[in-house]
Amino acid sequence: MTSNEHANVSLAQPYVEGLTEHLLRYQHCESCTGAQTFAHDACQFCGAETLSWRTSSGRGRVHAVTVVARAPSDYFRSLAPYTLVVVTLDEGARVMGHATAGIQIGQAVIATFFKHLDQTLVRFEPHP
Amino acid sequence: MKKAFIRGVGNTRFGRLEGQNALDLMAQAAKAALASANVVRAEIDGVLCGYATTMPHLMLANLFCERFSLRPSYAHGMAAGGATGAAMLMLARELVQSGRCRNVLVVAGENRLSGQTRDSSIQTLAQVGHADFEVPNGASVPAYYGLMASRYMHEANVTSEDLAEFAVLMRQNARRHPDSHLTQEISIADVLASKPIAEPLHLLDCCPISDGAMALVVSAEPGSGVRIKMVGAGQAHFHQHLTALRDVMDTGAAAASKIAFKEAGLTTKDIDYLGVYDSFTITLLMLLEEVGFAPRGHAAERVRQGDFSQHGALPLNTHGGLLSFGHCGVAGGMAHTVEAYRQFAGQAGPRQVKTPTHAYIHADGGVMSSHVSLLLSCEG
Repeated sequence: MTSNEHANVSLAQPYVEGLTEHLLRYQHCESCTGAQTFAHDACQFCGAETLSWRTSSGRGRVHAVTVVARAPSDYFRSLAPYTLVVVTLDEGARVMGHATAGIQIGQAVIATFFKHLDQTLVRFEPHP
Repeated sequence: MKKAFIRGVGNTRFGRLEGQNALDLMAQAAKAALASANVVRAEIDGVLCGYATTMPHLMLANLFCERFSLRPSYAHGMAAGGATGAAMLMLARELVQSGRCRNVLVVAGENRLSGQTRDSSIQTLAQVGHADFEVPNGASVPAYYGLMASRYMHEANVTSEDLAEFAVLMRQNARRHPDSHLTQEISIADVLASKPIAEPLHLLDCCPISDGAMALVVSAEPGSGVRIKMVGAGQAHFHQHLTALRDVMDTGAAAASKIAFKEAGLTTKDIDYLGVYDSFTITLLMLLEEVGFAPRGHAAERVRQGDFSQHGALPLNTHGGLLSFGHCGVAGGMAHTVEAYRQFAGQAGPRQVKTPTHAYIHADGGVMSSHVSLLLSCEG
């Protein structure tokens, strides 16, 4: 059973489904070309409702990094300690994901994907 | 427009208070606040209650009023995360200024430490993360703050030693308060050697989870003794989740404070007491620097110089803050204002500072998501 089986179709469905297809999707504003972080009903920058989903190149730079020593639940315990990052994609949107241990702020990265139990998650790796 | 004063305050001890639910704790704090304000139940015509994760009731204010025997003409619960307490005080002020109410009881409390299973606590705290974009990664609340800290430290040239200064200062302060949760002395080395939780944050960079309650009465009359007027307030809400925080140098803290300072006709230079939210050491450092009580990257230097100490130029969280007095949710964020009241009123005992003239209060909820600034002045 996936975690979404019983949920209503969420605004973020294209992102969540994209992960299972190893695609990193983001919303793009047709009006001001702004790339959106998360999924929105209207553009974060200009307020227009002309948002469409695009697929990112997966390339970006590390904006923030942490190492989680204590997993918040049993589901993630086997992964700990794990590195989490916020990456600014080349297209402009920010996205959270796992990352190679030792990764640094400012480092160029590319998205890869891995399966953890029933979920597909993003792992950013250094990209020269 | 009428004036609004903080007329009285009350609290329970913070820590592990077994066998008492949210209402039990709220009632104790409220009773103490009424006594401090010298008002009787019949005079309370407004009640604002902070949410309690251990008692997620549809109408907590009514539940509390029925039990505590209040019949106000205005009452409801509020939720803005850690900023709830300050937001309730801001609204209480508006209710009094408009003439809608004369005496507003602002109260919150919960048994967050002893009254909650690990599962429900995880569920509640998970709401701090985005359900689709963040939580599925196994991010925890400290992880969001760890990520934010990494970026801020990178941009403002802040070190882990700098963060540790605030943990040590808050512990020193808490040791002078009889109701504090954590009182064991700690050093910079202890903070740096404490268990890593979410790099760069160690265990002692994080506040504890406590049981406890706080209450204040906001009134059209100052009561007898000191006249503590609420002279300014402001809010800002730029985002909810960490990933959506666009600029770590502009979280909304400065925006909220600007509104409050403008309304009060004051600047940071006029302030001689600080009550600033400190869920993590990074929270406190960032808020001080963004609002302008220290240049970027230099807040820790002011701690080292003694500026934020009890007898320094700008005493800060003399009760010990969330980091050491303790954190039980909404009430934890109200403790900063309760302590400011006691400093104005000369009731801070061994923690007493030189009587303040103007206090600045700041609270934030989420991950620097909801900001509320308050300015209090001692009148005449």
